[in-house]
This record gives sequence, structure tokens and C-alpha cells, in this order.
Amino acid sequence: MNIHFSFPQKLIAGSLVFLGMFAAAMTLGAADMTVKDVWLALATSASGDKMSIIREIRLPRGIAAIFVGAALAVSGAVMQGMTRNPLADPGLLGLTAGANAALAISIALLPSANYFVTTVACFIGAALGALLVFGISAIKKGGFSPLRIVLAGSAISAFLYAVAEGVGLYFKISKDVSMWTAGGMIGTTWGQLKIIVPFILIGILVSLLLSRQLTILSLNEEVAVGLGQRIPQIKGILFIVIIMLAGASVALVGNMAFVGLMIPHIVRMMVGTDYRYILPMSAIIGATFMLFADTVGRTIHSPYETPVVAIVAILGLPFFLIIVRKGGRAFT
Amino acid sequence: MVRLLTNDVSVGYGDVMIVKHLSVQIPDQKITTIIGSNGCGKSTLLKAITRIISHQSGSVLLDGRDISKENTKILAKKMAILPQTPEGAAGLTAGELVSYGRFPYQNGFGRLTKKDYEVIDWALEVTGTLEYKFRPVDALSGGQRQRVWIAMALAQETDIIFLDEPTTYLDMAHQLEVLELLQRLNREQQRTIIMVLHDLNQAARFADYIIALKDGEMVKAGTCAEVIVPEVLREVFQIDAVIGRDPRTNKPMCITYNLLKGEKQQHEKNIPALYAHAGSAY
Repeated sequence: MNIHFSFPQKLIAGSLVFLGMFAAAMTLGAADMTVKDVWLALATSASGDKMSIIREIRLPRGIAAIFVGAALAVSGAVMQGMTRNPLADPGLLGLTAGANAALAISIALLPSANYFVTTVACFIGAALGALLVFGISAIKKGGFSPLRIVLAGSAISAFLYAVAEGVGLYFKISKDVSMWTAGGMIGTTWGQLKIIVPFILIGILVSLLLSRQLTILSLNEEVAVGLGQRIPQIKGILFIVIIMLAGASVALVGNMAFVGLMIPHIVRMMVGTDYRYILPMSAIIGATFMLFADTVGRTIHSPYETPVVAIVAILGLPFFLIIVRKGGRAFT
Repeated sequence: MVRLLTNDVSVGYGDVMIVKHLSVQIPDQKITTIIGSNGCGKSTLLKAITRIISHQSGSVLLDGRDISKENTKILAKKMAILPQTPEGAAGLTAGELVSYGRFPYQNGFGRLTKKDYEVIDWALEVTGTLEYKFRPVDALSGGQRQRVWIAMALAQETDIIFLDEPTTYLDMAHQLEVLELLQRLNREQQRTIIMVLHDLNQAARFADYIIALKDGEMVKAGTCAEVIVPEVLREVFQIDAVIGRDPRTNKPMCITYNLLKGEKQQHEKNIPALYAHAGSAY
């Protein structure tokens, strides 16, 4: 038998790795920094070029990575629990594509709209994307098998990406749209973070408060009824949480597949299948992973940027194939 | 006056009625078993009584109140349900799974109290699964796993426990283990137990009261001496049964049986229809 670590110990270990990654993300990059520089920039009001780079470029970008990573991982975990589908992920079930299309449309039709409006458009798009996917899967009787949902998800996603492209071409804003959706964390500002981060914080907080409910939901619908769970209400709230987390992520960094799929599965290997443990750990590991991917993107070909989407996909695709190969069993 | 009864209950999926105008009274503090052939509506009846599916007409009353209007959390403190072959708990440890039996008693986002932990340990203990507390449920054998699920139902501390074919997929010794546990819970703690069983002789051996269904209608309800008789079995299962007595328990048991002569062909003809039935039910 292995040495048994309690959940708080695992959480602390995860947090330490996260802090280490954060320090690395702040110090590594085109301009060299020391841990001391980072400390000075964060904890004091010292000024200078290095301080500005950290405060105005690296820190907002790092914070964006942290919150987007956490949001995607938590929303993926919630979706997997809710649908009992090991392949659930905001990118695979149409949420990302829906938010993406909504983003393109809002840039086209409301070019002067502020960031808040764009964010709300992303929420609406994510909700519509998800509803389309679930609606199509539900048409055929006996509906929601994991694979069918993923098939419907990829078909709807392809359609919605085409909508985004079409809108981009027609309104001649393709460059703006793709700058946004493929840009990753580049150019994140404090102003954007102030709008997005509260949504993500609330979404994660609500999901943590409902984590017990989510475990019950993930067991078996009949068990959930028997335990006296108000299933429609809980599912409704969780759906809103997912939309907020996925929509906010797209509004901030654009498309980011696989994070929501991959992180919860890794976390399950670490802490089991109780969502009281999965959700907080997913937030930490998701944040760490995204910081890692972004830091790699900034440094492997420095001073040029390697798109973080590409790095996430390179790491995520093999993982996805393993899960497909193992079928639902990787879930358990 | 019994606590739990159904009043002219009908349940269907789409246009197909599975349970038709059924009125049964469940004796308190007894073991009641629902028997019948595949697709006769026994699981559906259990699900209707436990509010897992809603019924089209009639009413299910618990303590004089209609369960479809009762607060679901209050019901969860009165009756626990163990569905047929529950799945999905795989990575949870037995202790974690059983702790979710305390869900109806936790308000909002509350933590487990000292009392909750005591009940959890008691439920694990009484089902003989305390030693698996920190083991993942999927590392257990079928019989152990089923006992852990029963422990979760026990942690709900309800007077009434429903089980849908609790012995499915278990080998004979484990089947007996589970049924004896349920019998102990009934005898020692006066819990009312209602279960669907597939095996006629197990039903006869463990049930105080048997409800026999055919095509969603009740053929007979009563003690096993009243129900496990050739006439009823002919009607319910289309078999010609020889009933003897279990020399150890002195309960009636079906020693051997044949298909009814002349009905053999008709029975075979019925098979696709039965499966179509079952298909729509799952």
C-alpha cells in the first residue's frame, strides 16, 4: 500500500507547485528578472523598467493564465460530473465555439462596445452553443451517450467556427477576431482582468459550494433523487456556472481546448472522484498548467511568442486520444 | 393503518402503460418483495413509489401525505433507495460514498458533524465494510461493493429502505450475505424493507409479504404461503411449478417447474414483445 496523503496535504503540495510555477512565470521571459525583482515589484512601490515590465506585462498576463486555467479546469470538471461524460470539456461541447462566434458577431455589430458587453456576448454564445449540442444529442431517443454528445459537439463547433469566420470575412474583421481568439494571454490588461476575474471567482466559488451536490449528481440520477437532491435546480445553477467560466475564458484569451478535459482527469488520479476534492485541486492544477504553458510559449522561442494554444494542444491531444481509447473507463 | 400505500397508481413511458391502476399497502416493519416476470413493471412500481419516476395517475401516500407533493429532502429522511446496480462511485472510497448518505441531514453547504461520522461508522460496521473505509469502491468485490451501497442507504437513517434487485450479478454466497443483512436490519431494527427480487425462492425465504405482478397489474399480494402457490405462479410466470418446503427454513419453495403445455408457443411469441417493453423501460 502506498503512503496515504490526506487531501489537505495534497492541496498544500499542489499550492506549493503552483507558487513555484508563478515565481518561474514572473522571472522567466525575454527580459531577465530575479526573484528579488519580482518581490520588489509586487510588494513595494519601487519603480524602474523591470518593475514596469512585471507590473504591467507579466503580472496581468500571469493572472490571466491563472484564472483562465482554473476556470477551464473547473468548468471541465463540473461538466464531466454533471453529464457523467468523461469527454466533457467546454471546447468539445460547443461552449467555446459558441462564445467565439458571439465574440465575432459582437466585434462586427458593436465595434465600439466596451469589454463588459463583449464578455456578456461570450456568455450568451457559450450558452447557445451548449444548448445546441445538448439539443441535437437529445433529438434521438436514448440520447446522451458520451460519444454522441462529442460528435454533436464537434459538428456544432465546426458550424459555429464557420459562422465566426464568415462574420469575420464579411465585415473584414478577421484579423481582429483571430487576434482575440488565437492570441492567448498576450496583451492582457488590468482593465480586462477587472471585468473578467470577478465572474471567474464567483463561478469557482459557487462550484466549490456545490461540490457535494456535484458528486451526488455524478453517481447516479436515481441515487441523487433518493438522497433528496433537487436535481433541476442544481443542474440549472451548475449550467450557469459552466457558461460563466467558459464564456469568461473565451472573452479573455480566446480558444483553449483540452485544458478542461485534461486537468480534471489528472486531478482524479491524484485525489479520487469526490468533487469536494476534485474542484479545488482542478483550480490549482489548471492554473499551474496554464502558467506553465504560457511561460513555455514565451520562452522556448524567445523573444518570439509561440502560441499558447499550440502548446496546450500538443500536450492535450495525446491525452485526449488516450481517454478515447480507454473509453469511459478512464473516468472511473 | 400502514404508513406507505399506493392508491390506483398508473405509470407509463410515453404511450405504454407499465403499471396499471395499482393499489398496494406496504406492511410496516416487514420485508416486502415484489416479484414478476421481465417487463411486468416491478422495477417501475418501485421507482414510482420512491419518486424516481412520476406516475400518471393515482397517488402514493407516505404517512398520509402524497409523495409527489412532499419536500424531497424530508422524504429522503424517511426512505432510502438502492437502485439496481448503482455505478459511478468507482473512485470514491467506501467511507466517502457512505458519507453521502448523510446528505439529507446537511443543510446548505454544511460539514459533517460528529453525529454524522458516528452514523457513517455504524453503517459501515453493521454491513461489515468498516475495513474498506479507506479503499476505493472499485477495488472491492461485487458483494462488498453492494454492502457498501447498502451502508450508504443505512446512513440515511430511514425507517424504510427500497432495493431494486440487490442480488443481481452476485454469486450465491454473496446473494445470501446481502439478504441476511437485510433480514437482520428488519428483525433487529424494525426497518421496513421493500425490494424487487428475481429469484422466486429467495423471495419466498426472506419476504414476509409478497406482491406478484403481471403486465403491470397485481395478481396476488400476501404472505409467501398465499403467493408461492402453483395457481399464482402459473398466472404470473406462465409456469407449471411444483411447490415444496425448504427443509431448513420451512418456507415454501419452487422445486421444479415446466412451461405450461400449450402456452409454450405463445410464450415464445411473447418474447419480442417483452423485450420491447423492457427496452422502453430503461
